[in-house]
Amino acid sequence: MSSALLEVEDLSVSFPGRSGITRAVRNVSFTLGRERLGIVGESGSGKSTTGRALLGLIPRPGIVTARRMEFSGENLLAHTDAEWQRLRGRRMSMIMQDPKYSLNPVMKVGRQIGETCRLHLGSDSRDAKRRSLAMLEAVKIRDPEMVYHLYPHQLSGGMGQRAMIAMMLVAEPDFLIADEPTSALDVTVQNDVLRILDDLVRDRGMGLIFISHNLTVVSSFCDRVLIMYGGKIMEQCEARKLNEARHPYTRALIAAAPSLDEVKTELATVTRDPKWLA
Amino acid sequence: MIEVSDLNVTFRDGGRPIHAVRGVSFAVAASETFGIVGESGSGKSTVLKAIAGLIESSSSKLTINGRPAAQHRSRQDRRLMQFVFQDPYASLHPRQTVDDTLREPLVIQGIPGIDEKVAEAISNVGLLPEHRFRYPHQLSGGQRQRVAIARALILNPPILLLDEPTSALDVSVQAEILNLLSRLRRSYSLTSILVSHDLGVVAHLCSRIAIMQLGKLVEVIGVQDLRSGAVGQDYTRQLIAASRGFTRAPR
Repeated sequence: MSSALLEVEDLSVSFPGRSGITRAVRNVSFTLGRERLGIVGESGSGKSTTGRALLGLIPRPGIVTARRMEFSGENLLAHTDAEWQRLRGRRMSMIMQDPKYSLNPVMKVGRQIGETCRLHLGSDSRDAKRRSLAMLEAVKIRDPEMVYHLYPHQLSGGMGQRAMIAMMLVAEPDFLIADEPTSALDVTVQNDVLRILDDLVRDRGMGLIFISHNLTVVSSFCDRVLIMYGGKIMEQCEARKLNEARHPYTRALIAAAPSLDEVKTELATVTRDPKWLA
Repeated sequence: MIEVSDLNVTFRDGGRPIHAVRGVSFAVAASETFGIVGESGSGKSTVLKAIAGLIESSSSKLTINGRPAAQHRSRQDRRLMQFVFQDPYASLHPRQTVDDTLREPLVIQGIPGIDEKVAEAISNVGLLPEHRFRYPHQLSGGQRQRVAIARALILNPPILLLDEPTSALDVSVQAEILNLLSRLRRSYSLTSILVSHDLGVVAHLCSRIAIMQLGKLVEVIGVQDLRSGAVGQDYTRQLIAASRGFTRAPR
């Protein structure tokens, strides 16, 4: 791992509500180099909220606090809206689960990708088109020229996901958050999308945070994994060694998943210890 | 228990016919759990709906419990099989309590002893008596799926059709529901068909598994073959390899 791209110390996110304050993320600390860092956990574990906080996307009245949150030397905690605008889309970006909700349904795919170039790279329309087509090709779309002129609803799930990845990556960000990028996709398409992300980390030295609930995918794809529960990091480990993880919650998650390799007559259920959140 | 020969389902999109299921044949023995796996658009759920008589289909043979199943099912036919759907948020009526939901099939079928049967069904799926008068929004996802399973089993059907019953659930909740299904099928000696895209789930519950692709049945394999990878078709091998996780391209 080279020098850290992102350093987070004691990040907390809370949302005040009628019944008191909900602490969605609690004192999370980690660093990210030019690597693939997985965050796994069940719904409500705070994994997506952590990702959003890193991009300054926690809406009011949510409160983000941290002792330190630095992105290649810049102090993110002090950033104004304008400074976030400069970073987001250009140097840091996010891929979401479902292309249906993150592509504009009334704008052709090519124009959406080109918009990023015009906005962040100052491209003229010719340069924007050239870059968009090259990016569509880079995400393994077979006929970029045709897809460029299609609307999102004319694409299949896998193609839509690739179009969105193209849009997020055309500005060549240094840091990408992929929030369940393959959960809505079929397994065979899933691996194509993972391969695209993998190439970006290897070839461009991008830092990737990969958020997922799927232990198999995370352990086979990522370098390191954080396991989250109730807004806290339960454990950090090397992804390849996820099966040797020690924390009872991680062990329980692994035991609860039916497996192709192991015959389990009864699946273990997860018992949660209140001490984990103490 | 269930025999299907040359099942075809065609939808019309405008004037254009779409062959969603083409010539699918298989048989499910009594108290067997049969799996159907495939990717989206492979026709796996459509096969299930055709067996339940929820959509129109044509086949050279479709028998349930030894009797041919007509396109329009009688009230008696419907007691033979019940359906559990993927999304418990969508398959329960938001303005009906658990009690209303469980009562309805008994009322329709004119079965006596409704109050006791509802109470029994609730405890059978591991819910508590206090859940009886709750609305779906007052239950967690796992509890809702338990209600859907209770509703399916309240008529004591010999056949249970499961369409991705756990894919909307977290892995820990999935484990609870899968355990519940294994327990129930033992105690009721249920015959079931489970549709899923998750090979792990299918291998956990099923003894034989059909693989579908683009409306056709690719092959039917035993669970041992699925686990060991001793399969006949390339497509099945691809599916198994993909579900074992990501393999980095060599460089």
